[in-house]
Amino acid sequence: MAEPVLALVRLAKSFGALKVTDGVSLDLRPGEVHALIGPNGAGKSTLIHQIAGSIRPDAGAIHFLGHDVGQLSVAKRARLGLARSFQVSSLLLDFSALRNVMLALQARQGSSFRFWRPVMRDKALTDRAMAMLERVGLAARADIAAGALSHGERRRLEIAVALGLEPKAFLLDEPMAGMGPEGSKELTRFLDGLRQEAPILLVEHDMDAVFALADRISVLFYGRIIASGSPAEIRADAEVRKAYLGEPQ
Amino acid sequence: MTREFWINGVLALLLLAAPFIALAFGESFYVTLATRVAILALAAVGLNLALGLGGLVSFGHAAFFGIGGYAAGLLAAEGFTSMPVIWLIGAVVAGLVALATGAVSLRTSGVYFIMITLAFAQMIYYFVISWPTLGGEDGLSLALRNEFPFVNTLKPLDFFLIAYGLLLLALFIFARLRAARFGAALEGARQNETRLASLGIEVFPVRLWAFVLSAMITSVAGALYADLNRFVSPSMLSWHMSGELIVIVLLGGVGRLFGPVAGAAVFVLLEFALGGLTEHWQFFLGLILLGTVLFARGGLLALFAGKAHHG
Repeated sequence: MAEPVLALVRLAKSFGALKVTDGVSLDLRPGEVHALIGPNGAGKSTLIHQIAGSIRPDAGAIHFLGHDVGQLSVAKRARLGLARSFQVSSLLLDFSALRNVMLALQARQGSSFRFWRPVMRDKALTDRAMAMLERVGLAARADIAAGALSHGERRRLEIAVALGLEPKAFLLDEPMAGMGPEGSKELTRFLDGLRQEAPILLVEHDMDAVFALADRISVLFYGRIIASGSPAEIRADAEVRKAYLGEPQ
Repeated sequence: MTREFWINGVLALLLLAAPFIALAFGESFYVTLATRVAILALAAVGLNLALGLGGLVSFGHAAFFGIGGYAAGLLAAEGFTSMPVIWLIGAVVAGLVALATGAVSLRTSGVYFIMITLAFAQMIYYFVISWPTLGGEDGLSLALRNEFPFVNTLKPLDFFLIAYGLLLLALFIFARLRAARFGAALEGARQNETRLASLGIEVFPVRLWAFVLSAMITSVAGALYADLNRFVSPSMLSWHMSGELIVIVLLGGVGRLFGPVAGAAVFVLLEFALGGLTEHWQFFLGLILLGTVLFARGGLLALFAGKAHHG
């Protein structure tokens, strides 16, 4: 089996007496979509924060591409190739769609300490950013400020920004949130192709999307992984049905 | 070309034309007024880099303004009277002070940042007034204006042109910085710090550089201000001065290229027009500032040129 790109080893985090992450081990292998599901309050967001680096775990380790990244800053992990999209769109609202993607490319290509050359004349940035926008179908909206885009467009811009980072792994936190059924379907198709570029750890509430995309599903319940396996296994798992899907046995 | 481009051009030409028109009517006093506008605008361009692009509300830029002023006063007293040398030394000292104070203050944000920059500036203020070599509360006098190659700096128009030239240079630098990768990162950090980090850009060094460059520009304005008045007063370092610079940026338009120019012009004209009528002219300044904040968020530039455009 291929070496996992991302591996969490017995990760633990408590807020006071509340164990929000309770010995979570989980990995992400090349080319796969690994979905993380669980009811509200299961600790999915806290887990994403720990992987991205904005919350420090109390115990356990996070390995990314063979590095132990547990103590690294958010920015350092991002530079290693961990691209995160946000549950609530987190874009630069004053900047145009194009400049949002350009900043990702700028971060990827290296230094932000270039003081003189205008970025808009940097074809290496503008052309590539335009290509990213085309891939998510936003090319026609390139000059519109992110703040003026519709909700669905912002979700797609989030993805374009993540693409711009040319990451080694995607960390997608509810990419479908607030999208209509049409938008969700379209995005599902898009993400399906994306796994070839980098594996995706997908946190999502939209079960249609999860079961359509995931190679593996892990179920988080009160900070613990209670089941992990193929979509078929998860669908059949009695404990999952009871705990999460809320069905009587 | 956008409307803002033309408005900027008109502002630049108006400021340049003002002293020539004044001289044509034999009113050399107005040349000094125009010079004051140019110098305060230059100081505010410096602040605008930190405040406008970076969102860093520094309430301590008087420190850098004053450092430039004291550099001019002290070096002149020691016999170093070349303006470019003075500007350079003042800017280096201001830059180093900004590096040290910024490294501490930029660990905080919001109100704490405002307070800590104020605290550092006040420390410098009290240090200066209690130090006899620096003239204490009396400040320092300059017997003559410092020198600039091929120019008689004592002629009001010549001195204005030096200040005006530096203002244009600073505006050019500001525009380039804003358009470059550095500006994109700095403006990105203002809009969404979390996003910048998740892109892999460390926000702290970007802000620190902006703070240092901002201080250096403001210090050059301070040196010119000392030469304009031929006097360095500790009031250049006081928190009133920091406040005035913020007011100028707010009035003109935060983050707008020519915001500081428009702001400084309005500020100086009000001070002159209303200051002649009442010594409480700042009451009216307050009213105007209130109006700006309530009804024209982006300052005068937004009022006339519309919302900022970020390409």
